[in-house]
Amino acid sequence: MSNVPADLKYTKSHEWVRTLANGTLEIGITDHAQHALGDLVFVEVPEAGRAVKAGEQCAVVESVKAASDVYAPLDGEITAGNPRLADAPETVNAEPYAAGWLMRLKPNPGALAAADLMSAADYHQLLDAEGD
Amino acid sequence: MPTAEKVIFEYSHAGRGASDQWPQDPGPAALADLPAKLRRAAPPSLPEVGELEAVRHFTRLSQLNFSIDTHFYPLGSCTMKYNPKACNQYAMLPELLARHPLAPESHGQGFLACLYELQEMLKAVSGMEGIALSPMAGAHGEFTGVAMIRAYHRARGDAERNEIIVPEAAHGTNPATATMCGCVVREIPVDAHGDVDIGELKRAVGPRTAGIMLTNPSTLGVFERRVEEVARVVHEAGGLLYYDGANLNAILGKVRPGDMGFDVIHMNLHKTFSTPHGGGGPGAGAVGVGARLLPFLPVPIVGREADGKEGERYRWLTESDLPQSIGRLSAFMGNAGVLLRAYIYMRLLGRDGMQRVGEYATLNANYLLKRLRDAGFDAAYPERRASHEFIVTLKRQARELNVTAMDFAKRLLDYGFHAPTTYFPLLVPECLLIEPTETESKDVLDAFVTAMAQIQKEAEQEPARVTSAPHTMPVRRLDDVRAARQLDLTWKPATQQ
Amino acid sequence: MAFIPHTAADVEAMLAAIGVGSIEELFDEIPAGLRVKSLAGVPEALNEMQIGRLMTERARADGAPLSFLGAGAYEHHIPAAVWAITTRGEFYSAYTPYQAEASQGTLQMIYEFQSMIARLTGMEVANASMYDGASATAEAALMAVRANRKSKSMRILVPTTLHPHYRKVALTTASNQGLKFEELPYCTAEGVTLPGALERYAGQDISALVVQQPNFFGCLEDVDALTDWAHAHGALLIAVVNPTSLALLKPPGEWGAKGADIAVGEGQPLGVPLSSGGPYLGFMTCRMEHVRQIPGRIVGRTLDVAGRAGFTLTLQAREQHIRRAKATSNICTNQGLLMTAATIYLSLMGPQGLARTAAASHARARELVGALSRVPGVQPAFSGGYFHEAVLRLDRPVAPVLKALAARGILGGLDLDGYYPELGHALLVCATETKTSADIERYRGALSETLQPARAA
Repeated sequence: MSNVPADLKYTKSHEWVRTLANGTLEIGITDHAQHALGDLVFVEVPEAGRAVKAGEQCAVVESVKAASDVYAPLDGEITAGNPRLADAPETVNAEPYAAGWLMRLKPNPGALAAADLMSAADYHQLLDAEGD
Repeated sequence: MPTAEKVIFEYSHAGRGASDQWPQDPGPAALADLPAKLRRAAPPSLPEVGELEAVRHFTRLSQLNFSIDTHFYPLGSCTMKYNPKACNQYAMLPELLARHPLAPESHGQGFLACLYELQEMLKAVSGMEGIALSPMAGAHGEFTGVAMIRAYHRARGDAERNEIIVPEAAHGTNPATATMCGCVVREIPVDAHGDVDIGELKRAVGPRTAGIMLTNPSTLGVFERRVEEVARVVHEAGGLLYYDGANLNAILGKVRPGDMGFDVIHMNLHKTFSTPHGGGGPGAGAVGVGARLLPFLPVPIVGREADGKEGERYRWLTESDLPQSIGRLSAFMGNAGVLLRAYIYMRLLGRDGMQRVGEYATLNANYLLKRLRDAGFDAAYPERRASHEFIVTLKRQARELNVTAMDFAKRLLDYGFHAPTTYFPLLVPECLLIEPTETESKDVLDAFVTAMAQIQKEAEQEPARVTSAPHTMPVRRLDDVRAARQLDLTWKPATQQ
Repeated sequence: MAFIPHTAADVEAMLAAIGVGSIEELFDEIPAGLRVKSLAGVPEALNEMQIGRLMTERARADGAPLSFLGAGAYEHHIPAAVWAITTRGEFYSAYTPYQAEASQGTLQMIYEFQSMIARLTGMEVANASMYDGASATAEAALMAVRANRKSKSMRILVPTTLHPHYRKVALTTASNQGLKFEELPYCTAEGVTLPGALERYAGQDISALVVQQPNFFGCLEDVDALTDWAHAHGALLIAVVNPTSLALLKPPGEWGAKGADIAVGEGQPLGVPLSSGGPYLGFMTCRMEHVRQIPGRIVGRTLDVAGRAGFTLTLQAREQHIRRAKATSNICTNQGLLMTAATIYLSLMGPQGLARTAAASHARARELVGALSRVPGVQPAFSGGYFHEAVLRLDRPVAPVLKALAARGILGGLDLDGYYPELGHALLVCATETKTSADIERYRGALSETLQPARAA
């Protein structure tokens, strides 16, 4: 059973979203995703200043057996990619919801309201349906 | 097996070398005309070893390998059959090795005759109308096939057709190829019996369909029973059918892709036609086409003058002969030496031998499947006949004993067998895809079953022995996470590490 | 039955175990209408003695003419040990090293190859090889587009002095993915890319510039200036190089101020016989920062669970069997056997042997050009420096001259009429260390006699 913090929002493609105090969003991959991938060997995060659209591929997480794209959950501008992950990709495995965040994004006006995000309960259901 | 061997650089001593291999020194004046700013400042740091040192080192390296010549290699989808020594010996005749690719046709009629006859034999076994030999690997052949499909649609003004349908069980090269050709991949599921889901196929085809890529028998080791219906559905929607010939060994001499309705195929000469795998290559991915795609074949192709002068009958067909060709795929004409080996192999088999291949490959696979099932292993598609390969799933062992397909594979090495293909196709959990090929005897198959049964017992009674295997190889299990995180891709002396 | 060991008794026992009466029953899932009745187009089997005789006759028919052909495939001495070891069954009949513990021989061989090629090219990373130099060049263009994040144009500048077949292969391979290749003109007097040819691209978005050294004509390009131009204009530099020449010429890792970004080439000169054009091997190298964009296999060294050093395929997540539709390429091979030969060749030759081979080849080429230029009606086409290959201009069409020479057992070179008609009657000739002064004199004599009859009239 993977860990699904109640205070976060989730996407169908196994990303989590946390709203920070200043309205910026912090995004990462869930415990389920990191477990499925296995030990991460490489993570590529987007550069600050990049504009992204909902559903756009903006990061890559790579293990020995798989490489997965990570998608922007909504329209906005990247404010930071986690600089720690270049040297320590395993941080994502160890702390997927804390130190292993992938990127921070400033949402465009109205984008958050329009975004296709689910609650922790709904994400739980998704995982149950997938057999986790 | 011998234990590991040093890296060649560790044998290096300044000043050593196999000096009898070096040409005479022309002296510094010979290089005086080369501009100084283009000269290399320091010689490249290649190893400096004597001839015996090098011979010993590389001979010892060879002894660290499994190979068909030494071990049973039931790798599903790879067709690890015996590579006849005659194919190598006669492809390496000195005159054939010495021939320059751009030598004139007047000095190549013997070589061209072999290639022309190879084209004709491949036409006969595949049921296709035209053959090109220049793709240098199966994946290269796939690229060629999909590129020809695109060219065909473009030539008809149908540039919108850019979707390639691929069953979810397909080999990874199929979707990768579609992307390389600028196409979009549409995956469709297979049904519970391993056949393509016709209902899903009908929903997936439409005005954007360029074609479908199919392997038959499929990667699940079973024959696509409704292939003629698949052909009808795709053709009616305006798409073409591509045949991935990876599993041709199952049906060689028994069924022809052309007769099944395929418009373009690739064949893996390094699988079905027994050219050597060489530790990863070279292969050859000859392509065959039906009439619709003939104009698009890649160049060069061997042609024959119907009324050529005595002794001058074969020539290269190039862009001027095929103005709609998709173009050139290699600097010269592909892997000529591999093609010669395939030619020799096909001549040694002959008409009857070709049919025996499909028959005995299928016999061996079905026998091995039955004996493994009798030994308690689970087949993925128990109600189906095996083609030339089949899938055994170890998901029960993984669940009940915590011993995985990977563990079985590693323990098989200790028993002197190369493991079957593992974790492909992705559809079947904890799978072993097993392909014995026709060149293995009943004794070898029986020994393999005994080993698998033994490992099953170990898994039940002494699982650690299996999960920590192999024990008798030059190395134990390797840390591939470390390999990817701490990249060590070129040797550096200890002082630089 | 060739290669099938089963006796009638074996077959009977196997059929009984399966529970069928005949082998044909095993095909009962296949619709009857699809079953082949006979393979008329395939001749009857030959035994080994017969095929041996046929192949020997055919090989002899092609003869062993004295060849002065280069143009991307080069005749060099190959030490006997190279193929004696490469054709050992343990290398020849081994598979791709997916089960690392059972393939340490192959994996270590690849690691050694990667190491040698990186050192030879002066680059940081090499892969386990590509199909050939032409396809490696095409893949390099695709890689440059992926790696050059700042460029969106997918425009690749390609000199006309790059091997014509390489240009064609790049087009066939990469145009379906939207790459646009634009050709740079060359100076017809010097046979190299015009320095001014790049000026019109200043300020434009160019993804990469390709430079071949020596170029197709054997001429020497100003690689430093071209590399620096590329970098100053936000383009990556793709070098296409001859590996033997790298024993003497500055390697791509040292071109210009920063060195090439990607370097590829044809590895055939390293211990692989000409064999009518294949199988060869392309080598591909790059800077470490681009390693995740390089296609093909890569081997890395690591430790096993007992702390012992060992080798394994790594960075596989880029490859087709994992990434599928998003793979860096669909390539599923490396030219394993040829890479084995090249590694053994480089070990036997060493730096001194390779330098001597390059020097002797250059010396012979100069001797050849000198000798042939003394024949009335023949002169060098270009004025600049060249390495082991050169273009000569004749006073009449080349094709009939080559035909006459071929009838005398000499392959005089490549007629450039189909490739570079603007050069007039041009012939590309090559000599390597395998040619002797007597060989060169034989060519000169035959050429002189071939050209003389017309001149006497």
